[in-house]
Amino acid sequence: MHMTGIFNRKKKKQRIHMGMRDKTFLTIVHVYLLLTLLIILYPLVYVISASLSAPHAVISGQVWLFPVDFSLEGYIRVFQNKTFLSGLRNSFFLLFCGTLINITMTVLAAYPLSRKNFAARRPLMFIFVFFMIFTPGIVPLYMVVKDLHLINTYWALILPTALSAYYVIITRTFFESSIPSALYESARLDGASEFKILLHIVLPLSKPILAVLALMYGVTHWNSYFNALLFIDKQESFPLALVLRQILIQNTVDITSVADMKTMLEMEGMRDLLKYSMIVISSIPILILYPFVQKYFVQGMMLGAVKE
Amino acid sequence: MKNRPKKPSVVIRIRKEMKRNWQLYVIIGLPLLYLITFQFIPLLGNVLAFKDYRIKQGIWGSPWAGFKYFQQFFNSPQFKNLLSNTLLLSFGQLVLGFPLPIVLALALNEALSPKFKKVVQTVTFAPYFISVVVMVSLVNLLLDPHVGLLAHWLSQIGIEGNLLGMPQAFRPIYILSGIWQTTGYSAIIYIAALSSIDPSLYEAAAVDGATRFQRILHINIPGILPTIVVMLILESGKIMNIGFEKVFLLQNDMNMVASEIISTYVYKIGMVKAQYSFSTAIGLFNSVINAIIVVTVNKIARKVGEGGLW
Repeated sequence: MHMTGIFNRKKKKQRIHMGMRDKTFLTIVHVYLLLTLLIILYPLVYVISASLSAPHAVISGQVWLFPVDFSLEGYIRVFQNKTFLSGLRNSFFLLFCGTLINITMTVLAAYPLSRKNFAARRPLMFIFVFFMIFTPGIVPLYMVVKDLHLINTYWALILPTALSAYYVIITRTFFESSIPSALYESARLDGASEFKILLHIVLPLSKPILAVLALMYGVTHWNSYFNALLFIDKQESFPLALVLRQILIQNTVDITSVADMKTMLEMEGMRDLLKYSMIVISSIPILILYPFVQKYFVQGMMLGAVKE
Repeated sequence: MKNRPKKPSVVIRIRKEMKRNWQLYVIIGLPLLYLITFQFIPLLGNVLAFKDYRIKQGIWGSPWAGFKYFQQFFNSPQFKNLLSNTLLLSFGQLVLGFPLPIVLALALNEALSPKFKKVVQTVTFAPYFISVVVMVSLVNLLLDPHVGLLAHWLSQIGIEGNLLGMPQAFRPIYILSGIWQTTGYSAIIYIAALSSIDPSLYEAAAVDGATRFQRILHINIPGILPTIVVMLILESGKIMNIGFEKVFLLQNDMNMVASEIISTYVYKIGMVKAQYSFSTAIGLFNSVINAIIVVTVNKIARKVGEGGLW
């Protein structure tokens, strides 16, 4: 009796003690999360605020959280910039066509690889993994593109990256884990062809992974500039990323047309303001895309990435 | 003696398979055509590295050069610098950047309010969508020695000067901006893995009186270990292929000592100076080292019993 009494008391004490430790731990976790949130959020807020401020406020460092002397001048000037607009147009075109081709190719590759009775599945899988690890060199790739006469065409930006082995593997895993094999059997009994099964049964069940593919390939098309640097040298065909590189990194903002710039400082301020506005505008299309696919995104990532 | 039933010959089996699955072969035809054109043929094109390329004679007609270009690279004064710059940058990124998404995922998993969790997750994920060009120009704007906000703050704690032009600041800038941009994205995969842990394990832990911290150590981390290993293998695949795009944009004449890496050098030698064979040789060297690293890491992962990528 005596013993158990001590034991119970000890246990109770221990439980309270644990509770305290959990509390401290949870506090640390939440402080950490809050800090992470602020560190990531702050530059984003700063850029948006700077883009909405007056040029003199940006240059003099008055902006640190909210817009100072609110103005839309930066945005107005950006939309008067012809190079920027043509880049924007080109990138929208690439985003649409490129992503469509990416998704089609990835699904076409992943579907047969996901079928258990497909005898070539293992060797083909090996080939995909091989090319995921062993990427082609710049010069040999350039020569292939040149021999196919694709230089200075958008095909050069679409075809060499038409599919990524990594996403093929993820998509295949998704098909394997979320399409029940009984479905295939009954479809076959009904005499449906593989094309029909893919189009009418598999794809409608695969919205999450399609959303992941659309977002990931879309982001790549919108953001990458390297292939354009290699294959495109006509200014009017530049995608947005390459235009932005000229304007933002190489500092070729054309503000000579702005007549009312009195001092160097004012010009400098205008230039920075334009940059902030361009950063915001060029990031918006992808950020708009995200909430639409977010619903499926985590689910798709989860099902696709979990190992067999 | 009875005759064992003979296995049908290979030809017959292939014919049977083709008859049964020809539709699947048709479906995968286009992707295979892609692989041949844009992956396999460029792979063969690497033979350039062993040739003295002459435009008129084409890749195959040009005379052989043996290992001349490899020797030229190994003996060049830049070789040591390029290799160490590449490795320092990738390992720095791997060592500092790899654990953070895991920590973030584990912390998010402990968050009490689902709303707070969602906000943190969404916000930390957002920078992933910012393009390299925009990211680098943001770094340039914030670190501008005259008007940059971050440069202003850093100068108050004694870090002064034009950081963008300092060789010793290049790697920290590259790595830290990378961490800012991708931690939230990389955490998603671990969040997904965490959500698939069997909840009965938590109940058992609660009965045993385990603290939350102990739960993380003994349930969560072992639970996501296979995912961590896979991600580690994938990351190790980037060691030699560390992003050309961002490094190239962050480069300037002043920080070149630290910022010139193999991939940017391959681009400049090949596409700017048009030394095709030399550039291909360097690129091939890079790919081979990279493949060796991935295969080795995968092998180690399998030996330790944590599975592997294949």
